[in-house]
Order: sequence, then C-alpha cells, then structure tokens
Amino acid sequence: MCRGVRFRLPLRFIGVKDMGPDKVRDDSKYKDRAAGRDKDRVKDRDEDRAEDKGAQGAERFILPYGDHRGDGVVQISFTLPLPHGPLGDEAARQVMRQMALTDPQVAVSVSLGENYTFYVGYGKLSRPVDTAKLKVARPLWDKIEPVQVEQMVRERLGRPIIVVGAATGSDAHTVGLDAILNYKGFAGDHGLEAYSCFKVVNMGSQVPNEELVARAKQEKADAILVSQVVTQGNVHLANLTNLSELLEAEGWRDRVVLVAGGPRITHALALELGFDAGFGAMTRPQDVASYLAQEVLRRKSLY
Amino acid sequence: MLRLDLDTSKVDLCHALAESIARKVNEELSGRSTVTIERTVARLFGVEGVSPSGVPLANVLVDHLVSLGKVEDGVAIHLANACAVLDLSPQDVAAKVAAKEVDLGSLPWRGAEECRAKAKELTCAALAKIQARREEREELLEAYPVHGRPWLYVIVATGDIYEDIAQARMAAQQGADVIAVIRSTGQSLLDYVPHGVTREGYGGTYATQDNFRLMRAALDEESKRLGRYVRLVNYSSGLCMPEIAAMGALERVDLMLNDAMYGILFRDINAERTLIDQRFSRMINAYAGIIINTGEDNYLTTVDALSSGHSVVASQFINYHFAHLSGLKDGQIGLGHAFEIDPNIEDSFLLELASALLVRELFPSCPVKFMPPTVHKTGDIFFAHALDASFNLVSVITGQSIHLVGMLTEAVHTPLLQDRYASIRAAAYARTAARHLGQDLSLEKGGKIERRAGEVLDKALSLLKDVEAKGLFRALEEGVFAGIRRKREGGKGLEGVFTKSPAYYNPVEEGLKRELGI
Repeated sequence: MCRGVRFRLPLRFIGVKDMGPDKVRDDSKYKDRAAGRDKDRVKDRDEDRAEDKGAQGAERFILPYGDHRGDGVVQISFTLPLPHGPLGDEAARQVMRQMALTDPQVAVSVSLGENYTFYVGYGKLSRPVDTAKLKVARPLWDKIEPVQVEQMVRERLGRPIIVVGAATGSDAHTVGLDAILNYKGFAGDHGLEAYSCFKVVNMGSQVPNEELVARAKQEKADAILVSQVVTQGNVHLANLTNLSELLEAEGWRDRVVLVAGGPRITHALALELGFDAGFGAMTRPQDVASYLAQEVLRRKSLY
Repeated sequence: MLRLDLDTSKVDLCHALAESIARKVNEELSGRSTVTIERTVARLFGVEGVSPSGVPLANVLVDHLVSLGKVEDGVAIHLANACAVLDLSPQDVAAKVAAKEVDLGSLPWRGAEECRAKAKELTCAALAKIQARREEREELLEAYPVHGRPWLYVIVATGDIYEDIAQARMAAQQGADVIAVIRSTGQSLLDYVPHGVTREGYGGTYATQDNFRLMRAALDEESKRLGRYVRLVNYSSGLCMPEIAAMGALERVDLMLNDAMYGILFRDINAERTLIDQRFSRMINAYAGIIINTGEDNYLTTVDALSSGHSVVASQFINYHFAHLSGLKDGQIGLGHAFEIDPNIEDSFLLELASALLVRELFPSCPVKFMPPTVHKTGDIFFAHALDASFNLVSVITGQSIHLVGMLTEAVHTPLLQDRYASIRAAAYARTAARHLGQDLSLEKGGKIERRAGEVLDKALSLLKDVEAKGLFRALEEGVFAGIRRKREGGKGLEGVFTKSPAYYNPVEEGLKRELGI
C-alpha cells in the first residue's frame, strides 16, 4: 500500500552540513546567545532575566529544547505535492531552511500516492525568542476553585448568573460548547450546569445569531457563550463579528458578557472581534466559570 | 474465541420490545407523507436539474402542488396526468411548470385508472435503473473483491469535490476500503438538495448528484487499479433524507449514514418528519443494496460513555427494527457505536472491549460500524495516536465490520493528507498483526469484561421496557437518548409533513414494498 518508504539514520549519526542560505545566523545580535551549550552563556542569560521584569522569573532568551539546553531542535512534519524522491527530499530540506531552521534533516519520506510525499524532519532553530519583548494577551481574571466561585456569586450577587450558549451559524459541532456547559464537563472538570450559581441555557448547534440574541434578551442573560468549531474559509470570523454588531444594534452589547470559544479562538482574536473574552484549545469549564463570575461581579462593582 | 455468555432470553426480549416500538411509530404515522418523499418520487420519475432561478425542479413541482392544495394526493398521479395530457416526460412537465407555462391545477383529468397506470410505468423504469446499479455493484465486487476485515473507512472533507477526489484516491492507495465524503455543515437543514458540481463548502462538500457521480467514477478507476472495490459513503439524512437515498441509489453510492433518530436529536429536525422520512428512505436503500450506518456513536459525545453505554444499545435495537420494517436485510444494517470511555479510568480498555464485543454479538449478521475516540482527544496528537492504537486493536479482535479510522488530529482540524496516512497505516498494522487474535483468546468466566457486558445489556433491556411503555415520542420528549429532549411538535421541517388524502398514491412505495416483500 504505501510505496517508497525510506528510513534515515537518527540525527546524531548524520553529519550533513547545511548548504542552504541561512540569513538568520547572520543576525549577530543573537548569535552568541544561540550557542546555548556554553555554561557561561547561561549565566549571561540569568543576568538578562534579572534586569527584565517582563520575563517574570523565566529565562529571557529561549530556544526549543530537544535533548539538551539550547540545542534548538524542532521536530516537524508536512506534505509536499511532489513525487517521492531526491528532489522532494531536497525541497523538504529547503522548506525547513525557509523556516529559519539550520541543519535540516529528513528523517523519513513516504509517498502518499498521486505525487504527494510526506516528510518528518528535524532542524535547529538558532535565533532565540526574547521573552521580554513578547506581548501576551491574557484575560484579566484568576482561576478560582468551583467552591469559591459558588460562594462568591451567592454572597455578592445573591442570584444565579444567567448564561445562554450556542454554536452559531452553520456550525453543527457542539462538542466544545457541551464540554463547557453540560454537567458532565470535560476531563473531570464539571461544566457550568454543575454549579448552582449558573443558570444555563444551551441552545445547541446551528443557531442563527438573531435567535441567540432574542433568547438572551428573553432570559435576561448576564453572559452569552458562542462556540465556533468549523473554521473553513474563516466563516467563524464573519459570524462572530456579526453577533457583536447585532448586539450593538439592539443596544444590548453592554448588558452582557460576550464570550467566544473554539479551537481556533484566542483571547486576542476575540477582543479584536468585539468580544469580551476568548477561550481556545485546552480551556476547562473552571476557566470559564472563574472568568464569568469575576467579570459579572466586576461590572456590578461587586468584585 | 472471544465470546460473551449472554442471556439469550434477554436478547430476544430486547428485540421484541424494539420491534413493538418501531411498529407502533410506523402505524401511527402511516397516514402521513412529506414534501421530500414526494420530491423523491418526482426525482425517480426523472425530474432533475434546476429552474432558471436555481431552484431544483423537484422542489418547483412539489411546491406548485402544495400551492394548489393537491400535494395530499401525492405527486405521482398529478405528474402522470400531466405527462399523459401533454405527451411530455416528467422532466419536461417540471420545466414547463417552472416556466409557468403549465398549471397542473387546470389540466384535464384523465381519471385515476389511467394516471395510476402511467405512474406505475414510470415507477417500473425507475426501479429498473436502481436495480441495474445494484447489479453493477455486485459484478464489480466479484471482479474486485475486498478481503480485509474490518473495512478501513476514512473521510474526506475539503469542500471541493475535485480536491476530495484527489484525497480519496490517495486514501484508497494507502489502504482505505471505504471513503466518506463529509457533507457541508448545515446541508442537513436545507429543504432541497443542492445541484451540480460544487467546489466550495464549509467543513465538507455538498451532497449533490453530480458530486456523487464524479466521486464514484474516480473510485471505480481506483478499484480497477487496486483490484479491490472501494466503497463510497454519503449522508441520507436531514430534511432531504429520501431524496439523497434516491440519488445515491442512482449513482451507486455504497453506504449511507441513515439513522431513524439522529436528525431529531442532533439537528433538531421534527420527530414526525424524520420518522416518516426514514421509513421511505430505508426502503430505497434496501432496494439499492446500500448498507446504512446508524449514528449511536454520537450519543457518547454528549453523555458519558461509561454511564450511558446502554442507551447506545437500546437505540441500536430500535434502529435495527425500523430498518427491518423497511426491508433492509441484516447484512445492510451497519449499527454504529464508539470507543469513547474516559481513557484515564482504570481498565477502560477492558470496558471498551466489553462494549464492542456486546454489540458484535447482539447483531451477529450486521456490518457493525465502530467509531474512534473523539471526546477525549484534546489536540495532543501523540496521545491521540496511542489511543487510536487501542481502538484499532479492540476493533480487530472483536471482529468489527466497518472501522472508522481515528485521526490523531481530531479536535484540531479536518484531516491533513499526512494525518490520514498515519492513521490508515496504524489501523492496517493492527488488522494484519492481530488478525486471528480474537479467535485464540477466551474470556474469564464472570470476569470484568463479561460482567460489564451483562450490566449494559440489563440496563438496555430496562430502558427498552420503559420506552415501549411510554412510546417513542414521549421518550424523546424526556431526553432518553443522548440526554437531548425533543418535543413531538418541535423542531425544523414539520411544515413539510401532511396527511394523505383518500386519493393519495405513491407507486414507488408500493413497488418497493412489493419487491422487498414488506
């Protein structure tokens, strides 16, 4: 079935010198720090860290860690529309060079048929990331234990927070929405329905934005949760923007905490689309519960 | 050999209860039909294509009858009358209706007898076409036999049929036995079937008759090249369930996702609409030699697989009997189930083995379809691949028939070319490496696996008793399946359900029932 599998020696046995252009290496500003294995350099970086408060205790200049500090080793896999053979292998190495990887190695190349070939490669990154210069969009809330969330809402708000959730537009996927809202939750972390301090209305999938807004108004929702899983052709962006605009037009935008979720959603993206918060991959129900409780209370000057 | 010691009297009781549940629903709904059933009849009479404004002619014709208040008689006799009076084919009549050149309400009436005779003639031609495609499949299967079991089933979902074809060819070459073209998100809620070759879709590719034809032709080429018949899957589900069954029958689609209750639960389609449509669509699938796949695996995405495994089994019994009542043979009923127990639970592998074996033994002649883990895949592709390896092993040693190949990138994106390759390779490895393992193993009497299977069967039996006592509609209202509640009068598509007039005539249904012996 799978023709033309070619195995290569493990990396450490290969002494191939990278022949390709490597502009990144010439970036002398980072050259010394990229060496990595030198213990003196580690000390240098410790000093950098001390100077820079933005790095918050982490090492400032960092490289991917393969099997020792500073080696910069990256594992990568991809497919090229080329037949299996020497040309494809060289093209694969060039792909890695263009990603600023040095010493690109093709560990295996496999024909997928129809003149497509799959590559697993390894390369090294030489230009470290300056963590002090990174901007991280982080939602402004703390993760708190469910018991505390319950207590906080009960004592300060005195009624449940009303949450209306839906997978909107043509999106038929409710896995993410259900994981956050349903009692069962996700990975042992119960969903909002399990909290007595949330009243949850889960509208399910393929809900038009208009219906979601109407329901939120009817329920006097404190928060709206929108899940978008299918992202082909970036249809989710138009959908989410449309929802925030719709709420704006109805004069309801300021009355609800508007939250987007889904594997391709980030907090920064959500803010850009006119939402209050965005939750991406690896979100647990507790994250959303913590945020909602704090944000709803904050808006009422109770937090 | 791996075998459970099941109490056969309980199994018999489950069958009796499920049959009664399905029979009562069919009887209750026998006086009703739907607009999509009528459009199916029109399509089978040869009405295809779209009006100048892009509306499928089958819709134009049936909507026209609705506006005249004549749809309650069924489309067949009115169409047959028009054909006789105007001496035109059904296609030409529909085109003239679309152009507003013909009004079916003002044509002279040739009388019920002549119209019925004409409709029967059109039905014979339609059934002959379907039968020809069925025989064609049988011949191809003889020429290009499929030896591997379970069949490896993968999906393509690019939105562009030409891109799908390239990916399907690759998958076939890599070892896939079955190719499913995932439908564009939202098509299930369209009350018409899109037309033509399509190159854009969301999360999948539109199910159109032209797309079916193109993909089937490509897979026929691959079948010849590989010496192994590659099967094609699509979706006979949603608001156009029977129409897509007819299109699939005419284009030799081999498997159809076709569930009696899925649309009600997961697409909020009206319960009556779905249950009426499934009955007719399954007759077509039965006659076309299509294997249906049911969707019980989906239950485990909304409720816990450990505590709700019995609802899958109960639903399988119900789906099985609905299918049977529509003339599907055991060999065409691909009941679905899934590997979705939390992998962090101790002995989760044993529990999965118990469930898989239970389904296999409850429906020994059915091509049961085993679905891979999805819920506990989080984007950690390496763990996901390990989890799929367990799934592959359980599938092989319990003798599953159709194996939906799990993707390591589930929960991240629709499969990349390399994802499909890695997953097919892993599944093919398990299929070869453990081919006869199930035959050589036996279970500890009274052990954990046997106890778990017995427990699930007991709970399924008591759930079936409950559903039988209250009726399926009430059970759906109470959220018995997948924890989702659906009201009988709620959901989408109820406006397309109507009560048949005394003059109602559906020669296709009549013909299929005769042919299928139901």
